Amino acid sequence: MDFHLTNEQLMLRKMYRDFAENEVKPLAEEVDETEEFPMETVKKMAKLGMMGIYFPKEYGGAGGDVLSYAMCVEELAKVCGTTAVIVSAHTSLCCAPIFENGTEEQKRKYLPDLLSGKKIGAFGLTEPNAGTDASGQQTTAVLEGDHYVLNGSKCFITNGNVADTFVVFAMTDKSKGNHGISAFIVEKDFPGFSTGKHEKKMGIRGSSTCDLIFEDCIVPKENLLGKEGKGFKIAMQTLDGGRIGIASQALGLGEGAVNEAVKYTQERVQFGRRLSQFQNTQFQLADMHCRMQAAQYLVYAAAMKKQNHEPYSMDASMAKLFAAEAASDVTRRAVQLFGGYGYTREYPVERMMRDAKITEIYEGTSEVQRMVIASNLGVK
Amino acid sequence: MKIIVSIKQVPDTSGKVAVNPDGTLNRASMQTITNPDDMNALEAALKMKDATGCKVIVVTMGPPPAAGMLREALAMGADEAILVSAREFGGSDTYATSQILAAAVNRIGVESDDIVMCGRQAIDGDTAQVGPQMAEKLHLPQITYAAEITKDGNTVTVKRMLEDGYMTIKTQTPCLITCIKELNEPRYMSVGGVFEAYSKPLTTFGYEDLKDDPLIDATTIGLKGSPTNIFKSFTPPQKGAGMMLEGADKATCEQLAGILAKKHII
Repeated sequence: MDFHLTNEQLMLRKMYRDFAENEVKPLAEEVDETEEFPMETVKKMAKLGMMGIYFPKEYGGAGGDVLSYAMCVEELAKVCGTTAVIVSAHTSLCCAPIFENGTEEQKRKYLPDLLSGKKIGAFGLTEPNAGTDASGQQTTAVLEGDHYVLNGSKCFITNGNVADTFVVFAMTDKSKGNHGISAFIVEKDFPGFSTGKHEKKMGIRGSSTCDLIFEDCIVPKENLLGKEGKGFKIAMQTLDGGRIGIASQALGLGEGAVNEAVKYTQERVQFGRRLSQFQNTQFQLADMHCRMQAAQYLVYAAAMKKQNHEPYSMDASMAKLFAAEAASDVTRRAVQLFGGYGYTREYPVERMMRDAKITEIYEGTSEVQRMVIASNLGVK
Repeated sequence: MKIIVSIKQVPDTSGKVAVNPDGTLNRASMQTITNPDDMNALEAALKMKDATGCKVIVVTMGPPPAAGMLREALAMGADEAILVSAREFGGSDTYATSQILAAAVNRIGVESDDIVMCGRQAIDGDTAQVGPQMAEKLHLPQITYAAEITKDGNTVTVKRMLEDGYMTIKTQTPCLITCIKELNEPRYMSVGGVFEAYSKPLTTFGYEDLKDDPLIDATTIGLKGSPTNIFKSFTPPQKGAGMMLEGADKATCEQLAGILAKKHII
C-alpha cells in the first residue's frame, strides 16, 4: 500500500495545522469550560472550504479527497475534540448521505449551502430505545398526499441545536422491520419540528448534543432520501463513512496527547532530572506513539479505500475500534505522565482524556465495531 | 491590472540556524517559512484581487525547493508564480538580488496600472533594501512601510507607518510598495485553493532567460559579484535574564546609578 501523501495533502496538512494552532487551540479550553458551540470557528472553517472537503466543486465542495478530510478532522482533534466532531458529523453524517443518495434536485437544493458551510448538517438515527439496536426505530412517517407526517423523537444528536438540515430516519412500514425504515431530509423550519435541551456531557462539551422532536412534522414528499424502505441501508452506509471521521477524531486526540506529553516531560524536573530522562517516561511515550502511528495507518487506509470506491466497511470499523481504544489509552497515560497537574484543567490532557472516551461510544460502540469485523470475517 | 508580489523563503527562526563555511546561511538544512512581511504584501494583493478581479503574480528568487512556497501562494489565491533560479544567482546580496528580481519583473512586464509589492524586509537579512533597490532599477515610484493602501483608478494612496507617526502619500501606477505587518492579517490557504494550486502556472526564469536584460551585469550578480562580503557569521551567546529594579523613589534611582557606575557605564 502506498502511504505517500500527495503534494496537495502535505500542503493541506500544513494549512490545517496552522489553522488549528492559531484559531482553534486558543479557544479549546474555553469551549470546554463554557460548553458554548464555537460558531465563529465554524464560520472561519466554512470560508476555507473545510465544511465540504471531499465533495465535487459543482455542488459547492472543495473538490478534495476523503483522506484530506480525515486529515482535517485529525489536525483539529489534536487541539480540540469539539471542533473536530462538528466537522465530522456535518460532513460524514449529513453531506455524505445527501450526496450519495440524493436526487439531482435534492443535491442542487441542499449541498451548496451545506458544503460551503452556510448551513450546518446533522443526522438523526438514535432514539431512546434504538441506540446500538438502530433497527428498533419508533419514529414514524406516514404519507399523506404530497407530504409525510413524522412523529417521534431522536436523542444524542450531534450538531442538533445548531443545524439547519437534518438527515432523519423513521418507520414508514413497521411490519417490514429494517426494510420499513426510510430516510428524510428535514429542515429546521419545517412545521412540527423542534429541538430539545443541550445535553451536558463528560467530553466534547462545546459540541451541540440534543433531542430532535417531531410532532406531526410535515416533510414534503420530495424530501424522501433514497427509496422508501431503504433508510436502514442508507444509515448503515452513512455510519461506515462516519466511522472514518470519528476514527480521525480519536487519532488526533491521541496524537495531541502524545505531543503534549513529549513537551511536558522535557520541562518537568523531579529528583533533579527531567521526566523525559527516566526510562519509564521514554518507554511510555514510545508505546503511546506506536499506538497512534498504527491507528493512523488504519485510518488512512480506510479513507483511501473509500476514496477509491473499494469496499471499506470493515476497514472503517477496524480504524474506529483501534483508534478509539488507542486514544482512550494514550490520553489516560498522558494524564498519568503529567501527574497531579494532568488532573487539573490547567493542562489540556484531562480534556483530551474526557473527549477521547466518546470515540469508543458514538457512531457505533467498540462492541459494534467488533461485531462488524467478526461478521466480515464470516464468523457466526 | 496586475500585481506582482515579490516574496522570499526564509529560515524559520524558531528553529536552529545553520551557517555554511563561507558564512552564508545553509538554507537547505533549515525549516523554512514565507517571510512574514511578504505574506502581508501578498494579502494586500489578494484583497485587491477580491475587490477588482485583477491578476496576482508571485515571484521569488531562490533554490528549486522555493517552488513549494510559491505553490502555497497559489493556494492562497495568486494566479501565477515565477521562480527565479540559477546557479549564477546563488549567494547574491541585496544589490545583486534586486538586479535579478527587477529583470524578472521586466520580463513579466509592468503596465500602466500595475503595482509591484514587496514585504518591508526579510527576517534573515533584515536589510529592507531589496524592495527600494528594485524600484530604483525599474524606475518606479516607491512607497515603503505601507500600513494602508487604497487604489482609485491609477492613483494609489498609501499610509506609511514610521517610528514617530504616519505619512500619507499619493502616487500614480505603476509603482512599488513595501508592506508591513500592520497592513493586514494574511489569509490561510483554502482547501479548494490547495487543489487548484498545482494546476496553476509556475514558470522558472533561469540565467539564460534573464541574462540579456540590460539590468543584468554578469559581474555584479551571484556570490562573486555581490559587493557585500560576509566577514563572519556566528550565533550570539545567550544573554542572562538581566536585573529588574522596581520603584520610582530616590533610593531605587540611587541603587540603579550605583549599579551602572560600578560597571563603568556612567
